[in-house]
Amino acid sequence: MPERTAPRILEVDLAARRVEVTSRPDLIPALGGSGLAARLFGERFDRDPAAASHLFVLAGGPLAAAYPLATKVAAVFKSPLTGEYGESHAGGRLGLALRFTGYDAVVVHGRAEHPVYLTVACHDVAFGDAEAIWDLSCDESGRILRQLQGSPGTRSILRIGPAGTRGVAFACVNVDTWRHFGRLGLGAVFGAMNLKGIVVSGDADEPLPRRGEYLKLYREIYDTVVKTDALSKYHALGTAVNVRGLSGAGAFPTRNLRQASFEAADAISGEAFAERFLLRQIACSSCPVGCIHVALHRKAFDAKEHEYESKGVSYDYELISALGAMVGVGEPAGVIELIEAAESLGLDAISAGVLAAWTIEATERGLVTPADTGVEGLAFGAVDAIAALLSRIVRSDLPFHAAARRGLAHLAERYGGSDFAALTAGNEMAQYYTGYASLAGLAAGPRHSHLDNAGYSLDQKNPDLPPAEVARLLVEEAECREVLTALHVCLFARKVYTPELTRRALAAAGIDMTAEEIAAVGRRNLLYKHALRGRMGFRYDAVVFPKRFFETPALGRTLEPGRMRATLDAYAARVAELAEAASAQAGGGGA
Amino acid sequence: MPKILKDPEMNRCILCYSCMLACARHNYDSLSVDRAALMVRTAGGMQGRFVASICRSCRRATCAEACPSGALTQRPHGGAVFVRERCIGCGRCAPACKAGYLQMEPHLRIPLFCKQCGLCARFCPHGCLVMEEANAHA
Repeated sequence: MPERTAPRILEVDLAARRVEVTSRPDLIPALGGSGLAARLFGERFDRDPAAASHLFVLAGGPLAAAYPLATKVAAVFKSPLTGEYGESHAGGRLGLALRFTGYDAVVVHGRAEHPVYLTVACHDVAFGDAEAIWDLSCDESGRILRQLQGSPGTRSILRIGPAGTRGVAFACVNVDTWRHFGRLGLGAVFGAMNLKGIVVSGDADEPLPRRGEYLKLYREIYDTVVKTDALSKYHALGTAVNVRGLSGAGAFPTRNLRQASFEAADAISGEAFAERFLLRQIACSSCPVGCIHVALHRKAFDAKEHEYESKGVSYDYELISALGAMVGVGEPAGVIELIEAAESLGLDAISAGVLAAWTIEATERGLVTPADTGVEGLAFGAVDAIAALLSRIVRSDLPFHAAARRGLAHLAERYGGSDFAALTAGNEMAQYYTGYASLAGLAAGPRHSHLDNAGYSLDQKNPDLPPAEVARLLVEEAECREVLTALHVCLFARKVYTPELTRRALAAAGIDMTAEEIAAVGRRNLLYKHALRGRMGFRYDAVVFPKRFFETPALGRTLEPGRMRATLDAYAARVAELAEAASAQAGGGGA
Repeated sequence: MPKILKDPEMNRCILCYSCMLACARHNYDSLSVDRAALMVRTAGGMQGRFVASICRSCRRATCAEACPSGALTQRPHGGAVFVRERCIGCGRCAPACKAGYLQMEPHLRIPLFCKQCGLCARFCPHGCLVMEEANAHA
């Protein structure tokens, strides 16, 4: 394990088909993961903002392969959906494969002249001709790439589907079948760069950390993860365990957020999925939890002749919400069918569900018609029609489809339904509808994700805090998570990787940092990202919360626009305060 | 009674790689899964089965029969014992393996040979890999 050595960066120019390897000691303070990715992206953005649509960075963390659950990868890019800073995280086998290539980060820029796929290995970077697989689904293109690339071992395959190649602003990148760089449209960035996928294949040896405590600490972390209750919910029912509780509490987005509780919640609960549809659990590599839950998708392609097809489809809480309750689908088979439709096309399942839900309501209100969508019978609960809608959005060319490909914000503005478009800062909302802390956190967080700062948790534990206090706590949590996503520890393990354990884990891996130094990384990375986001166009005061958020109670409480605005303003003020303090400190210190 | 590695419950495997990582860590001073004396992989992609490639503890260890230097010798209850100092790196053992399991490590020029230490089983969260009494299936 390298001891705080400079990150090794692979830069790939898709246009010129050239690569360059650099060593960046100046980036050691970012620690790695999302912090490293943001900086590598930011410096190129600052040099040439116009070229940023053909640019993305993938970065792993310094603990990859060394400890359980510390092997995720962050992607940073310019989001085609929001037009602003985009960040997404993925597991699968990518973290391990990337670690064993010896690269800490991969920067890919430019637009390939013809459709290509990249192969990144320890001692080679190759450009493959992707013409044959360009239009294929995520599944099929993954299979062919695996076949073409032959060798087993630690290999990860990133690929986009038709949504990405057709430039849908909420297209995802599939990672090893079950995981994704899901949100904010990295798939469309790949597509715009003429990049169908990346095969990362690492076989370098990584010597063991020499510190005495390492083996013992690995065991300690492993046993905490596996033998205690710390992460049991993630492998038992998985995140789907949240369905019942959140619906019961009134935090479960339903029928385009007209309700926050679904009468069919029990039918699509984690328990219901597990009892009748769950086939198996699968893990990301170096995680002994196995939170990926795979359900049986079974479908008659010729009902009369009883001809069936089947495959495994992974499900999670936010997918059951977005492609279930949000679109009024109250039985698992229907939810699974819609997830499969989104997967096959390569769409962000959450955005797809929220956009479909809006379209259904817009159709009910007469703002959008079957002539517009090209789909008959679109209604809450109409699984086949919703699946057809998703397919047409990707593949058809009526004005509605072209508009929908740009995401819900654009679509709603165009057809006059922004009031009921469930968006937070241009992103189709994450599926935790709990109140001010959650919504402010979704708007302000770097990924527009509930995991950025856990506002949903704050809303449940402490719903009556004044905005300034909410903001302080959200930012504090966000800073902690910046440390974890630099390492890059899966946030499901956030309770295991306490600040003290983090310090010990780094030390045993040969990276000596004090608790204060580690915390400082979190603050530094948070502030860096906020500043970069500002340069990329994000404005707190430009965030518009749709009227729907003030109509439907969250956790049983009707939200007020004034207090919502005050909470977001307080978040902005808190970040500004920290930024001010940081620059005063830097100025005072002198160099 | 000596114990040998078995993989009775691979249907429960979640492909977490904890077993290979444990072997690499404890036996090869490495973080890399390529330095492990077992391999867990997909058979037919992520939609398919997960299978383990492990030493099958043969009563007639053909790897040992093929070894010209005595680095691999038959173990009475099954399998073989590998003595690294005697290995000359010829690579004859790997193709002789009846299970298609044994691989040569290309940089170290030794076979990645299972010493039946049981650490892979210890680090499997679902008991897919177990150490069983050698005579259990006599």
